[in-house]
Amino acid sequence: MPKRKVWTRVLMHVLLIPFLVFALFPFYHMLLTSLKQDRELYDRYAVPLVIRQGPTLDHYIKLLTETEFLTWTKNSLMVTVLATSASVVIGTIAAYALSRLKFRGVNTFGTGIFVTYLVPTSLLFLPLAQVVNWLGLADSKWALIVTYPTFLVPFTTWLLMGYFRTVPKEVEECAMVDGATRMQALWRIVLPIAVPGLVCAVLFAFTLSWNEFIYALTFTSSSEQITASVGVTSELIRGDIYFWGELMAGAILGSVPIVILYVFFLDYYVSGLTAGAVK
Amino acid sequence: MAIGTLPTTAPAAPLSWRARAREILDRERVLGPLFITPALILIALLVAYPFCMALYFAMSNAFIGRPSHFVGISNFVRLWDADAFRQTFQNAFVFTGISVAFKLVLGIALALLLNQQLWFKRIIRGSVLLPWVIPTALSTLGWWWMFNSLYSVVNWTGISLGLMDPPGPNWLGQKYYAMAAVITVNIWRGLPFFAITILAGLVAIPKELYEAAQADGAGPWARFWFVTLPMLKPVLAVVVLFSTIFTFSDFNIVYVLTHGGPINATHLFATYSRMIGLESGRIGEGAAVSLYLFPLLVFVVWAQLRFVRRQAY
Repeated sequence: MPKRKVWTRVLMHVLLIPFLVFALFPFYHMLLTSLKQDRELYDRYAVPLVIRQGPTLDHYIKLLTETEFLTWTKNSLMVTVLATSASVVIGTIAAYALSRLKFRGVNTFGTGIFVTYLVPTSLLFLPLAQVVNWLGLADSKWALIVTYPTFLVPFTTWLLMGYFRTVPKEVEECAMVDGATRMQALWRIVLPIAVPGLVCAVLFAFTLSWNEFIYALTFTSSSEQITASVGVTSELIRGDIYFWGELMAGAILGSVPIVILYVFFLDYYVSGLTAGAVK
Repeated sequence: MAIGTLPTTAPAAPLSWRARAREILDRERVLGPLFITPALILIALLVAYPFCMALYFAMSNAFIGRPSHFVGISNFVRLWDADAFRQTFQNAFVFTGISVAFKLVLGIALALLLNQQLWFKRIIRGSVLLPWVIPTALSTLGWWWMFNSLYSVVNWTGISLGLMDPPGPNWLGQKYYAMAAVITVNIWRGLPFFAITILAGLVAIPKELYEAAQADGAGPWARFWFVTLPMLKPVLAVVVLFSTIFTFSDFNIVYVLTHGGPINATHLFATYSRMIGLESGRIGEGAAVSLYLFPLLVFVVWAQLRFVRRQAY
């Protein structure tokens, strides 16, 4: 490699450093805070960028034993898994119908899905709270399982329509000429080809519902029903006394499931992000 | 479509139930509507119906636990006359305008860098995208701590580098600093979306265009201005439209970081609507606040449909 090329390459990396620091520093600082002893944490003359007096797991232990954090995490998991599974199934069949079948109203419905996809959750949370009341789901995590598909289904449908369009129609028609029914063709031919798309849909739906905040904050309030995001942001803050160590430990642990998925499926996140937005 | 002719050779009676069901399911006119029914019911019950309710609430004096009466557009008028709402309205435009502008410019810069030959491509992309996948409410708690009035690491760094006079700004307690703080967190969280999407747009630009431009003597700047930007235009338009609607309707960051304060200086439609509608119980007015989002939504949907239709079909 010529010398000049190496230097440009180094320069590119150097230019990236500010972006990387900006992106990662908050996480570093959260982790650091959660591992510091209170004595050092609240010492205004200590250097905040490092741990000098030795790390401690006290904040994590307190979080797990003295708060309802585990219950909140369980709630988050249950809501996320159920809402995601239901949404991906509903979204998959809707996407298949919209991208493959000809019937009356197909275009209108496609547009409707796209419009719903763009409706922000903050526009509808007030009336939805009333609907949740009428359904008898006030202050229940089932309210979240029922309402999360309102943004997950349009999203998965839109994402999967793009993937289904890339499956050649001929493959499916061949199977049907050979005697398979349309359902068999969908199940045995189209879905296996669209697996990357399905993985993407599951990942994004999981992430979106794990991260959802405004509905969870509005529809649930008691400690046995709330999700991890709501629990950490509302129950760990009492009055004017903040327990910063526990708060940061909660924020870190509450993000762990997403980080695990993220580490394993990074490429899907990148490709899904572009497929969902550009299509 | 060979299956469609089956009924003439209908099988024997005991089997016919199943066979008939199968045969009916093979008709696109039947299967299509059947497949969209669950989604349709969901959207009708939990999106369209609540939306109509929002319209009704906004035109009534609904209050938690009390019968409501129709009051026409007086909620909208009263809000428009109230200083707190005017402030919210202005905040929403300042917040969205500045955030989206920064995300766009930084997003293009970051995408151009990510598109270079890099040594640790995967790790770098992974790190850049991280703020976007972590639950916003939780990561904003981290920022809240970073902007804490006593222990702010931002101020500590600023003072150590000689950029700030001790004790440094009280980020969340002063009007303009609080706005700067929420905007910073929004940029932090939204930049990955811009960068990665624009990167996908960059990768799709044919190499020949750059080679041709170079052959014509175009330098790096000219190539960026006359090849890259025009080719990116559709992607940029879609990203900006998406981001505008979601930044405008943002809730999490402001709710966690400032709760709309100090004195409404950072309230956005969503947080103000929640305060009026749930914390004060005036559901009618609260619904009217969030409906001020609606004209923007209509515009974005209209613009998106034009762009997206042109690209997809």
